[in-house]
Amino acid sequence: MKKFLKLSAVAALATATLAMAGTLDDVKKAGVLKCGVNTGLPGFSEADSKGTWRGLDVDYCRALAAAVLGDASKVKYVPLNAKERFTALQSGEIDVLSRNTTNTETRDTALGINFAGVMYYDGQGFMVPKSLGVKSALELDGATVCIQAGTTTELNLADYFRSHKMKFKAITFDTNDQVTKAFEAGRCDVLTTDASGLYATRTKLANPDKYVVLPEIISKEPLAPAVRHGDDQWFDIAKWVRNALVTAEEKGITSANVDEAKAKSTDPEVKRLLGVEGDMCKNIGLDKECFYRVIKQVGNYGEIFERNVGKNTPLKIKRGLNQLWNKGGILYSPPFR
Amino acid sequence: MAVYPTIPPKEPPLGERGAIAWVRHNLLSSPYNIAFTILGIGILYLIIPPFVKWAFLNATWTGHSKADCHPGGACWIFIRAKLDMFFFGFYPHDQLWRPKTVIATIVALVAASKFIKGFNKLKIALIVMFPIYAYILLRGGYFGLSPVETSKWGGLLLTLVIASVGIVLSFPIGIVLALGRQSKLPIIKSMSVFYIEFVRGVPLITVLFMASVVLPLFFPEGVNFNKLARALIGITLFEAAYVAENIRSGFQAIPKGQYEAADSLGLSYWQKMGLVILPQAIKVTIPNLVGTFISLFKDTSLVMIIGLFDLLAMVTVTANDRDWLGMDTEGYVFAAFIFWIFTFSMSMYSKRLEKKLDTSKGK
Repeated sequence: MKKFLKLSAVAALATATLAMAGTLDDVKKAGVLKCGVNTGLPGFSEADSKGTWRGLDVDYCRALAAAVLGDASKVKYVPLNAKERFTALQSGEIDVLSRNTTNTETRDTALGINFAGVMYYDGQGFMVPKSLGVKSALELDGATVCIQAGTTTELNLADYFRSHKMKFKAITFDTNDQVTKAFEAGRCDVLTTDASGLYATRTKLANPDKYVVLPEIISKEPLAPAVRHGDDQWFDIAKWVRNALVTAEEKGITSANVDEAKAKSTDPEVKRLLGVEGDMCKNIGLDKECFYRVIKQVGNYGEIFERNVGKNTPLKIKRGLNQLWNKGGILYSPPFR
Repeated sequence: MAVYPTIPPKEPPLGERGAIAWVRHNLLSSPYNIAFTILGIGILYLIIPPFVKWAFLNATWTGHSKADCHPGGACWIFIRAKLDMFFFGFYPHDQLWRPKTVIATIVALVAASKFIKGFNKLKIALIVMFPIYAYILLRGGYFGLSPVETSKWGGLLLTLVIASVGIVLSFPIGIVLALGRQSKLPIIKSMSVFYIEFVRGVPLITVLFMASVVLPLFFPEGVNFNKLARALIGITLFEAAYVAENIRSGFQAIPKGQYEAADSLGLSYWQKMGLVILPQAIKVTIPNLVGTFISLFKDTSLVMIIGLFDLLAMVTVTANDRDWLGMDTEGYVFAAFIFWIFTFSMSMYSKRLEKKLDTSKGK
């Protein structure tokens, strides 16, 4: 009920501010992109020892800033928790929300936001102590489950258990850290969150080898950056910056060889992407080299993935679904034409 | 003349002096006492050796990355690597000299105040000037200092800013509210009572949450009221109600004769309150006030929920760095230690103040 009230309050506001536009001008005038990120999710949004933000979600903000402002560093990061993220986007506190947010029907419509293409295909999984002797999520009838409040995780869990006629007892916490600590302390049998989070959580545990991630993935969690309703130009920019990252990987353009590709490539789509031909950037209201700068300063999707969550990072997440469509994954971008 | 040497008093028997006596009287004086002593030792045995082992014996003190830490012990190099973040949050790294200067100034002023006796104009001037000086230095934008937005302030710096502003501002507001509650004017009295009772009936976390999530929905698009200012206003107004009740308890502890004596001397209301009642009332309430301020200091951690990064929130942030995953415990122990240093020195200071202001002749 409480959740419903909150949702309707935000939705009411969303209709009230529908007529608002001009985010691009606002961002250009401010000279800085205000980007909502997670307060701390390893690999996606985290601060290093100097207080610099980094991660996959953070790199999307940087890419957007590179396209719009010409400089990937011109981002003001606004760390948000799960509850306040939509209000922050609605109220204009941030220009774009890049905070491991699952694209769902309700959010996309009633909440008054638009999702600009998936940055990471995630899905909810389970982790249990090996000592429990459980091999499949279907054996979890009657289990106590630790979850984070206010996320889609909670709802998926209820759906999954109900559809398999199993019972569970949920213990909810406000932050991911609390969930982890409670799980480690044995307050629950099962920890459930998005698979990406499970791997990060596992490295945090004192004895990672004592725990296993179960094979079942019980939900689709397409994590996507989001913008407000009512500003189609800004929505286009957000979408096509994401598509540029994917297309660049597809075409084998990296931050290292982008200059060479720009000078020599004969592929017409590469030429259009990098601003040698066509009006790709002009169509979304930016200057000719907007996507070139994105690749030059931030890199393509593959680079971003490997740098933040890939096999050389402590997270060691495999590409899986997040591989390009022509290499076994489902990562796809409409053509630049 | 015969000399009668005085026989020196005999020493008490062995069981009644020194450490043995202390143990007998304090730890083993009755069967219950013995049982509790054993229980206490048992609990300490369960807690202390593993902690010492973790925090000191098996701990890692030198190195540069998580790989240098051996498992089974604390990894204190994490604290060293993240020290700047614990203390100053996201304050720009090349500008760290600014908060450091402010802290050095505080230390210098506290040391100097030992030599300036009494409460004179110089001290008042310093107290008034210091917040302006600190704000200009931290916030920048003047005198060629690059501006640093308050959203970048964090860590212990933010904790101190919130706590000190909250304490300094809630105190006078609290006094006014307490006076209002004692007032004979019905409107002022009922307004004060309503405010105090209303605020005390609401948890601080609700006040902060309203300030961060609900308030922005009522502002026109694009108007963004500074988050830190929102938190400061919320905390100050919240804390003022508690201070008011503390001071009211002081008013009620003052004998009626004091009020009547002041009246019969022909003092005006403000003279009576300012010269006779308030000084005594505040003195009586020092322990309570300090208790309130200590809880305020700890309550500052709640600003985490509105996306401000105090010391405790910085622990969460730093422990999510992919290069240092799993260091939460070290961070929390460190934060607890820092909080303890501050709250303990506050209660020590209050003890000293009580002694200094004690005018009772019974001692």
